[in-house]
Amino acid sequence: MKAILELESVHKSFGGLHVTQNVSFSVMSGEISAIIGPNGAGKTTLFNQITGHLQPNSGRILLKGRDVVGQSPQKIVAQGIGRAFQIASLFPDETVLDNVKVACLSKLDQTRRFWRPVQAFRQATDRAYSILEDLGLEKQADRLAFELAHGDQKLLDIGIALVLEPQLLLLDEPTAGMSPEERQRTRELIKKLWKAYDLTLVFIEHDMDMVFGIAEKVRVLQLGALLAEGTPDEIRNNKEVVTAYLGEA
Amino acid sequence: MTMKPGPKYSAAVLWTLMILGFALVPVLMSSSYQLNLASHVLVWGLFAVAFNMLWGVTGMLSFGQALYYGLGAYFVGLMVEYLGSAWYLPAIGIGMLAVAATSFLLGLLVIRVGGVYFTMLTLAFGQLAWQITFKWYDFTGGDDGIQGITAPGFLQNPIAYYYFLLVLVMLSMWILKRMAYSPFGLMLRCVRQNPERVRFLGRRVRRNQLRVYIVSSLFAGLAGSLMAGIDNSIHTDMFFWTTSGEVILMSVLGGLNQFFGPFVGAVAIIIIEDIVGAWTEYWSLIIGSLIMGMVILFPKGLVGELHHLKLRMMQLKARRSE
Ligand SMILES: Nc1ncnc2c1ncn2[C@@H]1O[C@H](COP(=O)(O)OP(=O)(O)O)[C@@H](O)[C@H]1O
Ligand SMILES: [Mg+2]
Repeated sequence: MKAILELESVHKSFGGLHVTQNVSFSVMSGEISAIIGPNGAGKTTLFNQITGHLQPNSGRILLKGRDVVGQSPQKIVAQGIGRAFQIASLFPDETVLDNVKVACLSKLDQTRRFWRPVQAFRQATDRAYSILEDLGLEKQADRLAFELAHGDQKLLDIGIALVLEPQLLLLDEPTAGMSPEERQRTRELIKKLWKAYDLTLVFIEHDMDMVFGIAEKVRVLQLGALLAEGTPDEIRNNKEVVTAYLGEA
Repeated sequence: MTMKPGPKYSAAVLWTLMILGFALVPVLMSSSYQLNLASHVLVWGLFAVAFNMLWGVTGMLSFGQALYYGLGAYFVGLMVEYLGSAWYLPAIGIGMLAVAATSFLLGLLVIRVGGVYFTMLTLAFGQLAWQITFKWYDFTGGDDGIQGITAPGFLQNPIAYYYFLLVLVMLSMWILKRMAYSPFGLMLRCVRQNPERVRFLGRRVRRNQLRVYIVSSLFAGLAGSLMAGIDNSIHTDMFFWTTSGEVILMSVLGGLNQFFGPFVGAVAIIIIEDIVGAWTEYWSLIIGSLIMGMVILFPKGLVGELHHLKLRMMQLKARRSE
């Protein structure tokens, strides 16, 4: 197996606050893994550096062997990284369908077309519907995005990311704010998407059923540093992790 | 902006009614004054709809679209004045080319600064153009403006000119409407709602803002050049900030979130100005209060509220049939 993403001694601080401290790890192509850690540990900030939304102070971030530090999110997304955000990042006044469709049109490089109506772009429409079906959102296609339930908004965010056919997909707390039943559904859905879309998947999660249920590998962040890395079993039995994080649950 | 077009036929009915209504003005009018009023409505309506592509659709509040409106007008005015009325129609085209070039170059500059700075900078450039036109008396006629701008040939006939105007305005609105509902239009709405996400779709926010800035300015320029032939005169006021303010007001009044909102806003404001202006000399005060009252009463704009009402009735009907 080859590494699709490699972090080498990544460091980031905001003023005196060190939010990423000497973090190194490799994500293997095709794996599904979790990042856990208490609130404020620097998980989202780590994602932000990988996707170019923030620049690390030092260290290298290699995507398929190439350093992407210093590149814009726009450039990085074109190299095969997709991301869904901790707070769903949608187009609130557009329909659910159009949220996905604008991504399809972007992918097909048709967003400059200014004459025929959006509905006439069949390829984008079909693709958007098939993604909504995969997410179980097809019945809500005509609703406006802001009207969706919180959990469905998070799914829609994932849908937008999937359109661009990322090889590596980063999900930031996909089940946050969901009811236990929704979590259960989302957990199975994410596992299904991982297989169906042939993804390398990294997710941040607080829901331990999800972490220990579907991740092949777990990484623990604490105060910006990588505290531990291993299989779910290794992490569960890691004394440091139990005292620092799991113990509190 | 929720731009879901209704069933095809209702759009067709709307267009037919609108075009028919305007086309019948010369037949039904009792004085040439009414023709003049209808012409003003058409030009301002186009200007406002074009402006709203920028603001309501893409979220870019320009306070300087008068720059392009004035540019269009002065190209026609100056070329007719110095070269003769045969240049009237070519001047419209040349003026639009000039507007395209100007909006492209200025756009590169003003779009780099976002939000309120964009608004201030566009205002500053508009006022600069007004200053130049005002001061450069020998060339532009300064505060006197330019009089006696006559269209060539049969267009000298006011009714012929009116139909010429009607065709160009409706054609322009049709083009803008197609744009608004196209993938490009969807992209513009997305730029307004969540530019960060647009970037993370691999698309360029500023590039799209520049495109719509040029498109909006082009039609503002066309509106200005058409205005030159209505009253046969133009004035530096066309560059003044109040002109930019007028289309903002029309958009708010008619509804930012509806394609035809600003057009209806233009109709409303011009009719109000006409009635109140004939009736009292304190017209600007009264118009101001009237418009303020309407905006408070109908926060979604006239067309927006109408649309809202329609949705509510449909919901009620659906509930009753359940
Ligand atoms: N742009 C920023 N400027 C300053 N501090 C920030 C910024 N972004 C995040 N932080 C701080 O970095 C720390 C880690 O935040 P975050 O990565 O969001 O944590 P997590 O996702 O693990 O809950 C927090 O203390 C947060 O306040
Ligand atoms: Mg976070």
